Amino acid sequence: MNLSNSTFFGYKRENGRIGVRNHVIVLPVDDLSNAAAQAVESSIKGTMALPHPYGRLQFGADLDLHFRTLIGTGSNPNVAAVVVIGIEDGWTSRVVEGIQKTGKPVAGFGIEQHGDHDTIMRASKAAKEFVQWASELRREERPLKDLWVSTKCGESDTTSCCGANPTVGNAFNKLYPNGATLVFGETTELTGGEHLVAARCRNDDVRKKFQFMFDRYQQVVERHKTSDLMDSQPTKGNIEGGLTTIEEKALGNIQKIGRKCLVDGVLDKAETPTGPGLWFMDSSSAAAEMVTLCAASGYVVHFFPTGQGNVIGNPILPVIKLCANPRTVRTMSEHIDVDVSGLLRKEMTPDQAGDKLLECMFRTANGRLTAAEALGHREFVLTRLYESA
Amino acid sequence: MIHFVVHEEGDGVGVVVVEGVKAGQELSGWIMEDDKDIEVTARNDIPIGHKLALRDYREGDTVIKYGVDIGKVVQPIRKGEHLHVHNVKTKRW
Repeated sequence: MNLSNSTFFGYKRENGRIGVRNHVIVLPVDDLSNAAAQAVESSIKGTMALPHPYGRLQFGADLDLHFRTLIGTGSNPNVAAVVVIGIEDGWTSRVVEGIQKTGKPVAGFGIEQHGDHDTIMRASKAAKEFVQWASELRREERPLKDLWVSTKCGESDTTSCCGANPTVGNAFNKLYPNGATLVFGETTELTGGEHLVAARCRNDDVRKKFQFMFDRYQQVVERHKTSDLMDSQPTKGNIEGGLTTIEEKALGNIQKIGRKCLVDGVLDKAETPTGPGLWFMDSSSAAAEMVTLCAASGYVVHFFPTGQGNVIGNPILPVIKLCANPRTVRTMSEHIDVDVSGLLRKEMTPDQAGDKLLECMFRTANGRLTAAEALGHREFVLTRLYESA
Repeated sequence: MIHFVVHEEGDGVGVVVVEGVKAGQELSGWIMEDDKDIEVTARNDIPIGHKLALRDYREGDTVIKYGVDIGKVVQPIRKGEHLHVHNVKTKRW
């Protein structure tokens, strides 16, 4: 597929970024505000609450990451407007002010001295205004370079390594020269293949940053492990699917970045890239955590190859699932957007598989719901670095 | 019909890509990088997605896939046998 003149239809936001969805979200700052956020969601049609269990007594780098993830989620161009609800005004304002930098409509409400009823009423009034305003926004035709695409695989098996992941690699090879902004991550899941990623870094500066992130995560594993991680990395599902060691899983994982892309830069968790190219983001390999971080970094479409059949979605980031395992495609068909099992029967070339994924990417960007969106998968999982105070 | 695939020439393992492989079955393999065919007889029942050994291994040998080290052999394995967590372990962690 020649992508040089390709376009898609997206929503241009106040800061120039292009979204492919038009969500009005109700974002709780903390666990205590979930009930009010969900009450607003049920009273104002077309809004979506993003409940989560954290946001109290966090401190230091862990608190920074909490704010970065919430502000990043609200700032994502797939979001038209945001209602923020927190237990008190201070941290609520901090999230509101962070999102306000994009120029999009955002309103914040603290619960203390009002109670849930009054907060829900005031927040619902703002949400109603936002949702009616957003419903009149129109998509416009945009060049491919305005699309930000993330990838992360899950419940991988050996068919991921020789089918679904190389399909993402093929698509990345085609997106990269056309100026797309791409990201991969899953730091521990590079173990055994980290030298291959290091060799692909654009220059020594990027390589040094990558190595720093990789070593930092290895230290976390070393500090806390009680065994060889054979229940977690690879996961039980990976092992059931035939993956034997972390090294084997890592080599399959790396297939996703193709063969032509260089690693142009390195991001900390939920950081926003500063230009086009392929970025590495330090991140957990747990599906919902990683995809939540991609959304917070500003990515608008996600490629998710699976082998055994991970069912993940995200509230604001459309997750396109592809699979090369014929059994999974048969038994879990409602979750799979792109069937590339023909690759393993030699009925499809890697190039055709990559094109099939790109075709689904354009349709998804233009508005077609993914399987995960249609099934209501909205996993919003915040990464924690350590205990609360 | 392709029963298993191999990433590249020199890899010591193949990946079963069909359901229901039985011990004693003659299997046809496809080396993807080099677009070559190979034949191996399965010595165990092997589930879809799981690996079969393409050579004999002794304890302590290294298993190569994608041309890269994916772990160490902890129990002898014969060509055509199921190669997985019962006979191969990570060298990391």
